[in-house]
Amino acid sequence: MDVKVLGTGCANCKQTIALIEKVAREHGAAITLEKVQDMRDIIGYGVMATPGVVIDGKVVHAGGVPSVAKIEGWFTP
Amino acid sequence: MAQLTLPERTLQLPRRWPRAFLLLAALSWWLLYGALTPASEVLVAALPVARDSHLGDALQFFFYDTPKVLLLLTAVVFVMGMLNSYFTPERTRALLAGRSEGVANILAATLGIVTPFCSCSAVPLFIGFVQAGVPLGVTFSFLISAPMVNEVALALLFGLFGWRIALLYLVLGLTVAIVAGWVIGRLRMEAHLENWVRDMPRRQVSAEADGLALADRIDAGLASVREIVGKVWPYILAGIAIGAAIHGWVPQDFMASIMGKQAWWSVPLAVLIGVPMYTNAAGVIPIVQALLAKGAALGTVLAFMMSVIALSLPEMVILRKVLKLRLIATFVAVVASGILLVGFMFNAVI
Repeated sequence: MDVKVLGTGCANCKQTIALIEKVAREHGAAITLEKVQDMRDIIGYGVMATPGVVIDGKVVHAGGVPSVAKIEGWFTP
Repeated sequence: MAQLTLPERTLQLPRRWPRAFLLLAALSWWLLYGALTPASEVLVAALPVARDSHLGDALQFFFYDTPKVLLLLTAVVFVMGMLNSYFTPERTRALLAGRSEGVANILAATLGIVTPFCSCSAVPLFIGFVQAGVPLGVTFSFLISAPMVNEVALALLFGLFGWRIALLYLVLGLTVAIVAGWVIGRLRMEAHLENWVRDMPRRQVSAEADGLALADRIDAGLASVREIVGKVWPYILAGIAIGAAIHGWVPQDFMASIMGKQAWWSVPLAVLIGVPMYTNAAGVIPIVQALLAKGAALGTVLAFMMSVIALSLPEMVILRKVLKLRLIATFVAVVASGILLVGFMFNAVI
């Protein structure tokens, strides 16, 4: 699973990355996590609020730290 | 179904009976709020200090104001969290796209209050608006109002200084955002966007209904209480402690000579000091509290508060990625003049 976190390095973005790593580990999901920090790339995904989360090329979240329940939803089939 | 313990049942309440939860929450809030004054008196009476001493006075002030402000803040943040779930940035953009200036400035500034906003998202938001064909001046009205007129500032002003000052702040903040945005629109500064922003393809936008249930909105409200109240309570405690501490110790008119009404230059000075400072609404409240208590003029203090919250160096640095220097300078100049005007007007009227 290819996970990208969009954000320019604010506190919420770091928190989002840490949370996704933790939940993925707990669920044994194999993911590659990537930070997208360049503003043009972020805008390319069409999000208007950061942090945003992109999974396999699809925006699944934008604005604020996602809840644990929401993240779990991404990693459970 | 398995037996649930009482705490588990309580946790289930907002999901299963959202209306009942809202009613119950409102009722308990109301009862708590009503119990504040007697509770603080009982608490001070239980302590080994004379009620009519300086210390007793300060303690009563602290024990009454702290829970009061925290309760108010929790209620406002919860309601705003629920409201925020209706006004996503996408929906706000769709509401503003294709409108002409004037009315759109007013709409943008008003939407700035209810749309969730964090200054780290200023750039993607800005671009999202411009791409959708929202006029530059209207975009600025939103960008000025969103951080300045926010629920934390309003709840704190309401809790500490009363509803009149909160309302005044709301009206003036909106006015600055509307007028400053309109002026920037009139100046036709589109050429001073960074080239790559100007050359971006336009896109049609629409926002479909999100289909959230009431329970989801309650979840959103609770989440923002956890996030915002969890983050700002230390500032509030510090602010009220400062207020309580100087309650009676520092002479009443200590600040009057340098920040009072008579000193006209205090307003521009307050703005000048406020612009490079950066903190959120909660962080500036302790300072505001201390200044007002010691005889600084209201207009001067409000101008200071607005310039700290609305104009900040880090935000300028972020915006520099999409705006050329001249547009940023114009933005700062127009907003600062607006705030200056507010300060002077206030000091003249009150």
